[in-house]
Amino acid sequence: MPFDIVSLLPDALVRHLPALVVVFPMLLAPITAVVPSWRVAWAIVLAGIVGSVICAFALVQVVYADGTLSYALGGWAPPLGIEFVVDKMNAPILLLVAIIGTLATIYALPTMVKEIPEEKRALFMSAFILCMAGLLGVAVTGDAFNLFVFLEISSISTYVLVAIGGMNDRRAFTAAFNYLIMGSIGATFYVIGVGFLYAATGTLNMTDLAARIPEVADSTTIHAGFAFIVVGLGLKLAMFPLHQWLPNAYAYSPNFVTVFLAATATKVAFYALVRLLFSVFSPALEFQQMTFTWVLAPLAAIAAITCSFQAVFQTDIKRMLAYSSVAQVGYMLLGLALATELGLSAGLFHLINHAMMKGALFMAVGGVALSLGSSQLRDFAGVARKAPWTMTAMAIAALSLVGVPLTAGFLSKVALFKAALVEGWWWVVVVLAMSSVLAVLYVGRILESTFFKTPGPTQMNVREAPIMLLLPLWVLALANIYFGIDASFITNLTDGAASIAFPGVRP
Amino acid sequence: MFKDPQLLLSVTNPGFIVIIAGILAYFVRHRIARGVVTIGGPLLGLLALAMHQAQGTPLASVEIMELTLVLYQVEKVAIVFGLAFLIAAVVNSIYALHTKDPLQDSMALIYAGAAIAATFCGDLMTVFIFWEVTAISSVFLILRSGSKEAYKASMRYLGVQILSGVLLLMGSAFIMGEFGSLEFSAFLTDGEGLKLGEDPGAIFLFIALGIKAAFPLMHNWLQDSYPKATHTGAVVLSAFTTKLAVYALLRFFPGEDSLIWIGAIMTVFPVFFAVIENDLRKVLAYSLNNQVGFMVCAIGIGTPLALNGAAAHAFCHIIYKGLLFMSMGAVMYRTGTTKATELGGLYRTMPFTAIFCLIGAASISAFPLFSGFVAKSLTMSAVGYEHMAVIWMMLLFASAGVLEHSGIKIPYFAFFGHDSGKRPKEAPFNMLLAMGIAAFFCIWLGFPMLGGVDFLYGLLPYQLEAQKYLDQDLWTTDHVLTQFQLLMFAAFAFIVLNRLKLYPPEKRGVVLDTDWVYRRPVYSSVVWLGAVWHRLGPAMTDSMQGVARRVYDRIEDTFSPKGQLSRGPLSSGIAIWTSIVLAIVMGLALIAGP
Repeated sequence: MPFDIVSLLPDALVRHLPALVVVFPMLLAPITAVVPSWRVAWAIVLAGIVGSVICAFALVQVVYADGTLSYALGGWAPPLGIEFVVDKMNAPILLLVAIIGTLATIYALPTMVKEIPEEKRALFMSAFILCMAGLLGVAVTGDAFNLFVFLEISSISTYVLVAIGGMNDRRAFTAAFNYLIMGSIGATFYVIGVGFLYAATGTLNMTDLAARIPEVADSTTIHAGFAFIVVGLGLKLAMFPLHQWLPNAYAYSPNFVTVFLAATATKVAFYALVRLLFSVFSPALEFQQMTFTWVLAPLAAIAAITCSFQAVFQTDIKRMLAYSSVAQVGYMLLGLALATELGLSAGLFHLINHAMMKGALFMAVGGVALSLGSSQLRDFAGVARKAPWTMTAMAIAALSLVGVPLTAGFLSKVALFKAALVEGWWWVVVVLAMSSVLAVLYVGRILESTFFKTPGPTQMNVREAPIMLLLPLWVLALANIYFGIDASFITNLTDGAASIAFPGVRP
Repeated sequence: MFKDPQLLLSVTNPGFIVIIAGILAYFVRHRIARGVVTIGGPLLGLLALAMHQAQGTPLASVEIMELTLVLYQVEKVAIVFGLAFLIAAVVNSIYALHTKDPLQDSMALIYAGAAIAATFCGDLMTVFIFWEVTAISSVFLILRSGSKEAYKASMRYLGVQILSGVLLLMGSAFIMGEFGSLEFSAFLTDGEGLKLGEDPGAIFLFIALGIKAAFPLMHNWLQDSYPKATHTGAVVLSAFTTKLAVYALLRFFPGEDSLIWIGAIMTVFPVFFAVIENDLRKVLAYSLNNQVGFMVCAIGIGTPLALNGAAAHAFCHIIYKGLLFMSMGAVMYRTGTTKATELGGLYRTMPFTAIFCLIGAASISAFPLFSGFVAKSLTMSAVGYEHMAVIWMMLLFASAGVLEHSGIKIPYFAFFGHDSGKRPKEAPFNMLLAMGIAAFFCIWLGFPMLGGVDFLYGLLPYQLEAQKYLDQDLWTTDHVLTQFQLLMFAAFAFIVLNRLKLYPPEKRGVVLDTDWVYRRPVYSSVVWLGAVWHRLGPAMTDSMQGVARRVYDRIEDTFSPKGQLSRGPLSSGIAIWTSIVLAIVMGLALIAGP
């Protein structure tokens, strides 16, 4: 760890860190909702999230120093009570969500003014921090049913966040509605799956489940539970072809929401899938191995190609980036489906990098959209001349998305390549290479339009984004470069995470 | 280290210096100051190259993601290519002094610098990085000519180049898997290249290089894009991309048998197209193909003599091909066209350009006393020593073809021939200066006693063989005379063909000397193939475009926002998909068991 946080915190606090990281934002949500001034609400949210960042940092440090941390909620001992577990696998996810949340909150200040009616802003912030609490909860919990609860907390507040976009663009209402239907299907499937597991094993605690499932692994109940859980979480993380809720939800929600969702929501769902597959079920199970080889890997490969093609043809930049996100989820799933420590580590590495680059890209698009009032590609002609700082940051993130050397995206792609080759899955390399070529095309379309076209009358009023917006944007853009040169910080974390999933390999 | 500029310079890849100069050039808006930067950059690079202190070991490297990037490593053979690249960069900068386009100046230098940097690095990852930089920067040289056609061509060009880079990366991945390292020293053990059949990644590398070197059937991007580049851009393009690929082939695949045939076919097939092509810059693009074919063939033979030949040929070729493109660029700049039918008789007002063009033409046709001769002879002799009769005949035919389309056709149709009535001004001074320098090299490198031949042969990777060849074989009467005979015949054939075009068919009864009768069928077939191609070519292009359009339409139909994948009410669609995936997963789980 770069600096020592734990020693700065009182001991009593350190003991309750796993709970605090979630409770902090959750308690702030109702307070924020009733605060009369939206600026104060914003400040409270920011303070709360910075608190979460500190907690997350401290947790990473504790986990790496003392190993896995278990916390019995309310003093009820597991397996009866709800257990929070923080280990090397979810500590990085907590950190990612908290940091992105902080940057997104800073970003929210200037964009809210433009996009959200004043009387709704405090409520909006409240919904946001609730969503945040839900995501952190999903990451931290060690109880399969509790995970469902947190998943629903985050999802329901997300529907609200997306629907607020309807103030500007009425299509956001249908997008939010569709998202609600599909998200509910996903959550329901998941809870059905958990129900099956409970029926077969009589427990909901993940550690307990992991211990008991091998005994009953040949029962149909377990198989059905497995299928429901994979599909339910697959829906949440936008696994092809269950991704159709995503493009519209990303495209029509307020820019701030898009930034936040793109960088966190699907990532946390991905983590949940990893957790369930590796810490509850096990890659040693025959049916899981089959699912990896015959369902997850092919679907991921199809996503990487198909959705990249779809991205190429989009006319709206936000939709284009949304389809690209689905394709990139395919990359991560390919890493996961390799079912090796190297592959999982590469997938998680790409997950973190993808959060950085997509976060920056959506921020930049939103930054220009502030003064442009549109996210259509043709309206972006030549905006780089009007807003050079915003667009340069976007270009950096875009190059990272393509995987240009000296950017973070390059390193995680190389890691994926390497993991696939070690397993001898050469076709994965081909898929990734083809998908990268397509990425060059759609990123090329954006860069060509923004940098090399001459601005017309539509772009007359485009201005540089405000400083509060440039700040988080450039933090992410520079992170893309910094971690493109020295990614040891991230790779250490993801290697640690993968070592939890494969405990036998490295004690 | 950084306190001592001399030491710093001695461990800096010359390519980096040129790239930095290129970036600077974009920001220097004063034209003369920019000239200083664009010419000074490569000159400083030359100085850096002259000061390198060790060969064959990494001079500068960095560690990234447990991957060692060897940023600077000088090899004997790399010097030949690097030096030629640096000279070309200086000459190109002089040639482009009159333009007012900082972006193009900058991109031309970055492109040159990346090619140089790739030549002087010691691992595949670094090669890949600069491989992609050359692709992206060079696109601007085509793009900046501004027409819609050029835009489309540049995008096609970019696609192909990126594809080549991706293949290179795939190949690298396999090599990483097999050797555990991407450094050349790990997988290129002394003189031994990769083996196509044995090393798993080799085939990807081979195709990647093949695309860049414009192997037959992978060559279309070259003729498609180079003639559409700006008048200065085409000059720059002609020097680097294909020669970088030749260099890489020389490093990775020396002695790879299939290259002999690929190279030989490469030398022959462009002849047919070049002879009938009307756009003189396109003729040069075809002839570029043909010339690279000689080098590829030599690499395939893989004997020390042949590899010397490939390197020497590349060195001279970069200069004289540049000179020819420069002369056509000057014509383009002054008249706005390079169509043979619209040109002719320009020697009256552009005498210097005409002379320089003739020198370039003499060099490319390998006239004795010009640079092409001393280089190409090595390859021809190497083929002869290996007793490859068919290959030798193919190369001989191609040599005659070179003279035909590059040696005679280019200067004849542009500067002589029928008078087009155009009276353009002589090219600007900077262009003449650049052409003059290149012309000087063409003569200096080829003329005995001036020291240029010894200089060139002194650079070659296999010293002993080069020296022996220079002392015993190069200037024998027999050798020189054979070459003259070949050239005279080809010149004669041109005159005959030219007359055949001018006169009705019954005049065909011109008697050829009996000595040369056996060659007549070959030239008749050229004419015949030409006629066939003339009809077939457009038809093929049409059908190709038709297919491409239909494929594109299908893709767009499927994937665009209005396309099939995006139709249907969303929520019911996803419900169906969810059930399908659920059914699959559950079915699998039931089948598989624990």
